Amino acid sequence: MPSPSTVTAVLAALLVMGLIVDLVRRRRLREEYSVLWLVTGSAMVVVAVWYDPLVYLTNLIGLASPNVTLFFFGMIFLVTLNIYASVKISELTDQVKTLAQRLALHEAAEREGREPGPRAGGGEGEERDGEEDVP
Amino acid sequence: MTTRSGSVSESEQVLIVVPAYNEARNLGPVLRSVRAAVPDADVLVVDDGSADETGAVARRAGASVVCHAFNLGYGAALQTGFKYALARRYEYVVHLDGDGQHEPSEIHDVLRALRAGTADVVVGSRYLGRPPAWIGFARHWGSRCLALLTSRIAGQWITDPTSGFQGCNRRAVRFYAQDGYPVDYPDADVLIMLHRAGFRVVEVPVTMYGRASGRSMHAGARVLYYGYKMMLAVALAAVGGWRRLGREV
Repeated sequence: MPSPSTVTAVLAALLVMGLIVDLVRRRRLREEYSVLWLVTGSAMVVVAVWYDPLVYLTNLIGLASPNVTLFFFGMIFLVTLNIYASVKISELTDQVKTLAQRLALHEAAEREGREPGPRAGGGEGEERDGEEDVP
Repeated sequence: MTTRSGSVSESEQVLIVVPAYNEARNLGPVLRSVRAAVPDADVLVVDDGSADETGAVARRAGASVVCHAFNLGYGAALQTGFKYALARRYEYVVHLDGDGQHEPSEIHDVLRALRAGTADVVVGSRYLGRPPAWIGFARHWGSRCLALLTSRIAGQWITDPTSGFQGCNRRAVRFYAQDGYPVDYPDADVLIMLHRAGFRVVEVPVTMYGRASGRSMHAGARVLYYGYKMMLAVALAAVGGWRRLGREV
């Protein structure tokens, strides 16, 4: 007969996994991000029903108790995840900036009838043969 | 070529970029002064998602306007100006603030230094000219410390690394238009990047006035963030860990 704490842990893990699957089903979470959470949920189930590896790990790294080990690795996992999310946000912010700039430049070019450019016209014979590629 | 008075001639292809965010009250006089100072140059206002009439004021003043759909930051607005200049193959870009802090007639000094061909980027320094308007104890000394650190890393004396009055040639414009150009405060970090990429930077003295009206972007808690960002940029550059804009394209 499993202990109440084991049952609670397994139920919590299953709840998390159910939530993730539902978010993917409703297109609120991309598949690529669901992998990490499903693996985490599975790990929670394993640790809940099979305690020995946690005890072994606790002894190996010299921590006071399996609870501390769990919190320690849980904390590292969450911090890592947050850093990853920050990196992703930075990446997306850069992409949004580039898109907003392109849109603004495109709108300006349309407004100007694509007749902009130095009013001096670059003089005759100069290389005024079109626009330069812009990142 | 320059005329006797130093004005922009027909073949110079100069773009004056004025990034502006909620500057409707200050922009009109600034643009009129710019137009009077360099009548042959094109003027571009980058309206960085302003909530006021910045774009309309700029158009009425005869400037070309590029409008961001939302606020992207001072650096991003400047970079939009560089991208505009790059696409249209302007030879020189001079940018100054839209809040009336800079003296448009001094655009000629910046252009003269660029045309001399000895610099890719010309920084208008308030510390080389007359004493600047007092900007407060913390900002003054913060700026001096930053100048010292930037100069140490760049290997040349740069008195005003936070200047918003600068000019550059097309080679530098191409460099600025890359991904990774700072979106918020492109100051000391950009000068360090320029140095690392082998660009030549010189300073010319310029006048710096107080803001005509409104609130500076260097106000409140943003000053702290600014200080942090600059120190981080300098520290990264010092350990050689800076990877952005590391190469010229």
